[in-house]
Amino acid sequence: MSAAFTQRVPKHSGWKLFVQTVIARAYPRVIGQQREKSWLFFDLFLPLLGISAYVFVYRAIHAPEEYVGFVVMGGAMSAFWLNILWSMSSQLYWEKETGNLALYIMAPNSMMAVLLGMALGGLVASTLRALAILVLGSWLFQVQYSVSSFSQLFAVFVLCMIGLYGMGMMLASIFLLLSREAWHISNLAQEPIYLLSGFYFPVKSFNFLIAAGASIIPLTLGMDAMRQLIFPSGPSLGFLSVPVEVSILVILSVIFLVASKYLLEHIEKLAIREGRLTESRR
Amino acid sequence: MNPATTVTTKGTTAQRFWHSFRMAAWLGWQIESNWTDPFLFAIYSIVRPLATASILVVMYSVITNANFADPMFTYIYLGNAFYIYVGQIMTGLSWSIIDDREHYKTLKYIYVAPLDFPTYLMGRAVARFVIASLSVFITILFGVLFLQVQLDLALVNWALFFFTLLVGVILLAMMGLMLAGVMLLLAHHSWGVGDAVAGALYLFSGAIFPLEVLPAFLRPVGYLIPITYWLELLRRALVGEVAQTFPTLAHLNNAQLVGILLGLTAVFSVLGLAVFRACDHRARELGLIDMTTNY
Repeated sequence: MSAAFTQRVPKHSGWKLFVQTVIARAYPRVIGQQREKSWLFFDLFLPLLGISAYVFVYRAIHAPEEYVGFVVMGGAMSAFWLNILWSMSSQLYWEKETGNLALYIMAPNSMMAVLLGMALGGLVASTLRALAILVLGSWLFQVQYSVSSFSQLFAVFVLCMIGLYGMGMMLASIFLLLSREAWHISNLAQEPIYLLSGFYFPVKSFNFLIAAGASIIPLTLGMDAMRQLIFPSGPSLGFLSVPVEVSILVILSVIFLVASKYLLEHIEKLAIREGRLTESRR
Repeated sequence: MNPATTVTTKGTTAQRFWHSFRMAAWLGWQIESNWTDPFLFAIYSIVRPLATASILVVMYSVITNANFADPMFTYIYLGNAFYIYVGQIMTGLSWSIIDDREHYKTLKYIYVAPLDFPTYLMGRAVARFVIASLSVFITILFGVLFLQVQLDLALVNWALFFFTLLVGVILLAMMGLMLAGVMLLLAHHSWGVGDAVAGALYLFSGAIFPLEVLPAFLRPVGYLIPITYWLELLRRALVGEVAQTFPTLAHLNNAQLVGILLGLTAVFSVLGLAVFRACDHRARELGLIDMTTNY
């Protein structure tokens, strides 16, 4: 028997297993993107079509050029929202449909680590897409940026992503409980969220109550704060001041991460008690 | 009576087509609507198009201080409203391939059933046509009631409107058939093809801005797309004076536009059938009909 078969595989537990699981679940999302290059066409070309249409609408109504920048940035950030909807929120439902969910729950690793791995892998892949859309869109439409503080911009982006992916982890459990409706909810949550979160215009355009309600989605405040930091007229079009938006993002991040852990424990209990959660019911 | 119980393998060709179409329409309606109660389904059907329209309304409102009386607003609003048909019929028809092959895994059974497959696909699009019509109606009604869309029912050219709508639906179904053929051959990203084509047509057909706004080298693309003429005719039928304030197709009268639309519809119909037949043949040769990619 070869040495490879007789060699004992090191078994981790505790935090080492947690980290190993996170890396293992993030791996296919990052590496898959490198192996399957066709995403370059669909994940860049499709958002650029949408961006171009909205840019030409602004040009048709003679909007200031900064609004073109708002559209390009919103289009780039849509990569994260689509990732949250289709590759985070709906993911456990897909896993159930393909029969993997039972394996996840049976395996001796933490489901929280699985979700975190999904989030990290998706975040890396989506950041790459968003960057590519931003660079291409800015080049195509000659968008000018004027960053007032790189450190604040980085902090806002990171907080926005923690909040957003925390929300995605929480929604993954909720969508799983919704079963077949999950697909329809993901489908439904695209354009309405583009509208409410101000992907293509400043969210301040709404009245205070609507903008405040939309702020439950971390992208709303994240994009608003980033626009204030990268466009000269951003502060005048901002909904709240950047420090206030940062504080709210911190609170949202904590709430979503705690809620995702609680909901995950709830679905694991359901899976064990009712024995129905992992069966695929078309 | 449940249509599924009335299928027969006998009868004339016309009867076979009718059975295929009727059963597929019934099946399509069940797939689209039976996941929830009718009220929720109605809400679901109109929220998305209304949100898309609202994005444009807010963008327009922010820049023009809500000057909805400007003809440009009516142009954008109506173009966007009728574009709902493109997404629902053309993309929706082609999505039936993904649904049946990847999700329900029934495509191979449908192929061996005594059905005419292109007719079956057309039937599947009926439910989406109904949903799209509801969405278009609600969107336009919302625009007329709350956003000063300049639609006067007494001035509408109803004959031109319904004729154009009918030709457009046939055109979109044939374009959808072409896409469905392509999807039979695709393993990866088949979900994105319909959206990519619909997105490109949205950009180049003057749906939400006059073609003059596009860079000069891109405008000819718009003139080759039948949807450009379809949307122009719909606008002219509903709000003739508003539509004619834009120079894009102002040099063509209604009869010329109808002629161009009919000609392009004929071309796309022949092309749609030919592409579908070729792709279908190739997919059978390669054994792709029962392919499950899990992608």
